[in-house]
Amino acid sequence: MGIIIVIVVIVAVVLIGFIFVGMYNGLVRGRNRVREAYSGIDVQLKRRVDLVPNLVETVKGYAAHERGTFEAVTKARAMLQQASGPAEAAQANNMLTNTLRSLFAVAEAYPQLQAAQNFRELQSELSDIEEKIAFARQFYNTNVLDYNNRIGTIPTSVIAGMFGFAPEQFFEAQEADRAVPRVDFGAGGSAPAAPAPPADTTTTGGTPGTSS
Amino acid sequence: MTMAEVPHERVLVYDRIGSNKRSTILLMLGFIVFTALFFTALATIIGYYADPSADIHSDTVIRIAIAAALIATGVGVIMYYASTAAVLLISGGHEVTKEEEPELYRIVENLSIGSGLPMPHVWVVEDPAPNAFATGRNPQLAHVAATRGLMDKLDKRELQAVMAHEMSHVGNYDTRMMTTVAVVVGLTALIADLLLRFTFYGSGSRSSNRDKGNGATQIILVIAIIFVIISPIIATIMQLALSRQREYLADASGVLLNRDPDALADALEKISADPTPLQHANKATAPLYIANPLTEHGSFLNNLFNTHPPIQERIKILRAMG
Repeated sequence: MGIIIVIVVIVAVVLIGFIFVGMYNGLVRGRNRVREAYSGIDVQLKRRVDLVPNLVETVKGYAAHERGTFEAVTKARAMLQQASGPAEAAQANNMLTNTLRSLFAVAEAYPQLQAAQNFRELQSELSDIEEKIAFARQFYNTNVLDYNNRIGTIPTSVIAGMFGFAPEQFFEAQEADRAVPRVDFGAGGSAPAAPAPPADTTTTGGTPGTSS
Repeated sequence: MTMAEVPHERVLVYDRIGSNKRSTILLMLGFIVFTALFFTALATIIGYYADPSADIHSDTVIRIAIAAALIATGVGVIMYYASTAAVLLISGGHEVTKEEEPELYRIVENLSIGSGLPMPHVWVVEDPAPNAFATGRNPQLAHVAATRGLMDKLDKRELQAVMAHEMSHVGNYDTRMMTTVAVVVGLTALIADLLLRFTFYGSGSRSSNRDKGNGATQIILVIAIIFVIISPIIATIMQLALSRQREYLADASGVLLNRDPDALADALEKISADPTPLQHANKATAPLYIANPLTEHGSFLNNLFNTHPPIQERIKILRAMG
């Protein structure tokens, strides 16, 4: 009789142990997934950071006196470079998006710049990066949501508390990302067209790329 | 812009991956058993035609069955590993690089980032009919293909929606399942076709010897002929059962990835309105495509044996999402 009770207790302990280990491993896997997903965003952010100086130099060649715009872009780029953590990086990235939008709006006023092959390629590459950031963000946030849900709900929340699994930050998109056109300049007629170029260049910019 | 801030469901549905893997194994086992039985019966027929006077003993049949089982297993294994290449070959497409097709390639690149899947091989089929398919044993070996007609007739967001549908076939292992089905069906149809011809020619030239067979031989002969007749029917039913639901599910998970149900609805409208038939598709590979490439309008039999759910129904569901 006593032996049976001992066996039952041992089996129960072993079972609970297995369940705990399973939940712990699940959390580790979830956290690793989140980190891997973040590296997908990071790669694109780095591409963007690397591209910006080129773009600024190119625009400067045609519109040297638009200093305020260049400074804003450079500042946002530096912020993105120094950002630590997804939330901060997202904020800096959104800021860079805004300043770049102003830069492209400025560029509207310079037909020669618009016609330059180099500028068009940069513009097309930047819009490609922006799209990739959006998709990487979507994948990252899916994983964060999944992981945070597990950390926040019973029974995994108990394990999470014991071993210090903290919720991860979302990579927040800008409010009304593409819906609101920014009209900062007295450029008149060209202003409403401002949000269009990034979208256009992916389709038209691809063709010159093939022939070159 | 229906870009939801945070997705409410996982992009990859793990239950469906498991179910697809299990179904593929069952399908392969079924194929091996069926083929082994089939060829046992066939070998018996051939034996009978070669020497109608000889009795067919049960241990001879067992020996034939063992040999047939070994051969069927071998064929099954080869088929499983060669299925992707076979489907790609039948499609008549060619692989493209980023430099050759920047727009299509970028779209697939973006979707692979969005779904966390490895970058698949990108193929183009030079055909004016707008259509697309995905194939490959697993996401690491996946291939997605678009026809030239799809790239020409759809705008960028529609093309992206179609490719998102294809990527979700890759992500949940529909490609493994459907590619294997395509090859099983294709091979079964081919063999059944050859055998029917053989049986008719054979029986014509040797009809005088036929009366000499005993009762057991006659029964085996009948079984063999039944096998020849029903195998393509079984294959077709299997294909139907497996493919219809899958398209709805891929539409749904494609939308989850692409976040634009209207784009997919628009794309399906354009695809269904296009009258051009796809040159390189056949009955075996048809279920792999996003829309049935073999449209012959109005035929009752065609509707009965349709591998795809009605496209208007799919569009209606997608419109309701947006």
